[in-house]
Amino acid sequence: MSHLNMDSVARATPRHLSRRIRGLSDRAIAWVFVAPTIFLLLAVNIFPLIWTIRLSFTNYAANRPNAEVQWIGLRNYERILSDPDTWATMQATAHFLFWTIVFQVMIGFALAWLINQKFRGNDLWTTIIVLPMMLSPAVVGNFWTLLYQPQLGLFNSIVGFFSGADPTSFSMIGDVHLAPWSIVIVDTWMWTPFVMLICLAGLRSIPDSIYEAAECDRASRWRQFWTITVPMVLPFLMLAVLFRGIENFKMFDLVVQLTGGGPGNITTLTSIELKREAFEKWRTGYSSAYAVILFVTVFGLASIYVKALNRVKDR
Amino acid sequence: MSAHSITEPSVRQKWFAGALVAAYALITLLPLLWIIATGFKSSSDAIAYPPKILFEPTLEGYVNLFTAQTRQSPEYLAQNPPATWYEAIVHDKGMVIAGPSRYGERFMNSVIIGFGATFLSVVLGTLAAYAFSRYRIPLKDDLLFFILSTRMMPPIAVAIPIFLMFRNLGLSDTHAGMILLYTAVNLSLAVWLLKGFIDEIPREYEEAALIDGYTRFQAFMKVVLPQAATGIAATAIFCLIFSWNEYAFAVLLTSGTAQTAPPFIPTIIGVGGQDWPAVAAGATIFLVPVMVFTILLRKHLLRGITFGAVRK
Repeated sequence: MSHLNMDSVARATPRHLSRRIRGLSDRAIAWVFVAPTIFLLLAVNIFPLIWTIRLSFTNYAANRPNAEVQWIGLRNYERILSDPDTWATMQATAHFLFWTIVFQVMIGFALAWLINQKFRGNDLWTTIIVLPMMLSPAVVGNFWTLLYQPQLGLFNSIVGFFSGADPTSFSMIGDVHLAPWSIVIVDTWMWTPFVMLICLAGLRSIPDSIYEAAECDRASRWRQFWTITVPMVLPFLMLAVLFRGIENFKMFDLVVQLTGGGPGNITTLTSIELKREAFEKWRTGYSSAYAVILFVTVFGLASIYVKALNRVKDR
Repeated sequence: MSAHSITEPSVRQKWFAGALVAAYALITLLPLLWIIATGFKSSSDAIAYPPKILFEPTLEGYVNLFTAQTRQSPEYLAQNPPATWYEAIVHDKGMVIAGPSRYGERFMNSVIIGFGATFLSVVLGTLAAYAFSRYRIPLKDDLLFFILSTRMMPPIAVAIPIFLMFRNLGLSDTHAGMILLYTAVNLSLAVWLLKGFIDEIPREYEEAALIDGYTRFQAFMKVVLPQAATGIAATAIFCLIFSWNEYAFAVLLTSGTAQTAPPFIPTIIGVGGQDWPAVAAGATIFLVPVMVFTILLRKHLLRGITFGAVRK
């Protein structure tokens, strides 16, 4: 019925008027459509965030809900920032972040460049390369502990085969010097395809005509690479680094399953430290302050980075 | 033959590039093939030194994965011969099947929570994305950025207050709680991806429908939704894969009734440490559906992983 009415109204009313009538209901529809999403995000993200900030000024412990909660001001923050362990975990995180990004950018870009040579069957190989990225990091990380076993692990055997070293002589996860690299290797294996796909999109966005023009100007291949390919792919590459940076700053599942933060504290990334403080030692107030510091750090670094990214894009 | 472009790589160059990429692909595939192979090994073959590439396949791992077993005396075993092939496998180790293991339940939890959260995030995400794509909404850019920024927080940082909130609301370790949580996490992806897909549908279609007397809502249901079907399907698969793989919230907020497979699989232990064939069998069953989905999704993969920021 209403459908019929609308029909006649739409035909009878002058265009500007009908638009105004619809405009009103449009606004209502817009709010009805957006509200549930905003509401859910407020309830599950913003409300908890405010709660975390509040808790960070207290000595609350979640395993003792009936204990008296004291307001202790900035003491949690002072304690975290003056604790050498905090800086050790920050350093472990920085090492992990830096090297995963370096390897993933180098290998990912190289692969994208090779795939862009348009050889036959590149769709098939690309699909295979992409697989690890989509899998559960916890499940895969857990299985890598078998691959890394000094005696029976496939990884050690292969490294031993190619380097001549005795595969039982080193333990990727157990050794203090090797463990930070063990997590870098698995993360690189998983996420290089991510950088590769984005670089590939960048390479494919460069029109052939630019290379043709350079060819006419007798620019060498090497020069073309540095003056055309690299600058044109750079914004894409920077976007990939942003995504990987944020993701790996949050890193938890893969590393917890691989090394559990050990040996000692050598691979204890910030999220793992946070989990220990919050859910093993139950220092809820302290860990809330830690969470706030992490959030401010990632948000601050990301905003600075996005500004740089926009500058590169505009150039 | 068409004119040869100067930017086209030579045959030798192509061959060389193809060989390098294929080599990398095979190396990358090795750990995954190893998982699948280990699922069919016997416990001794799985931890043999040097690692065994050729082995006699057995379903021992799969049987261990799905059953709980107890050791029995040789007399008892002699009196009760195995009735089925899987009982025979267990029997040979001096054990009997005591009942089903927890893996089935955990896998079903993953299915229920994964599909529930995917359905909710796609429904809410489509509505919001449509509104953001078509209407003038005050502070639109800020709202969109806010939606995206919810993804930047480390899950463990969010988990502290969520843990308290769920405890107060009685949502700890429930399907409903996990579905709500995963929906909230997925929404940023769903809204951003779907907005991109809906932006690509020409407005003229809806305007034509409006002139034909459809209401806005009818135009949305009958014109926009069918046009966006591929985008919605791709978004749904991304949401499903995220919920399927999620570990941090699952390990902190569930322990029994609502525990999903990722926190469970690493805890599968046998005699003296992890029962690798069973772990690998559980991982295979859990990972293969995602591999299939990845192959189905390959056209939209780039878009999905960049929240729609990069489109081909």
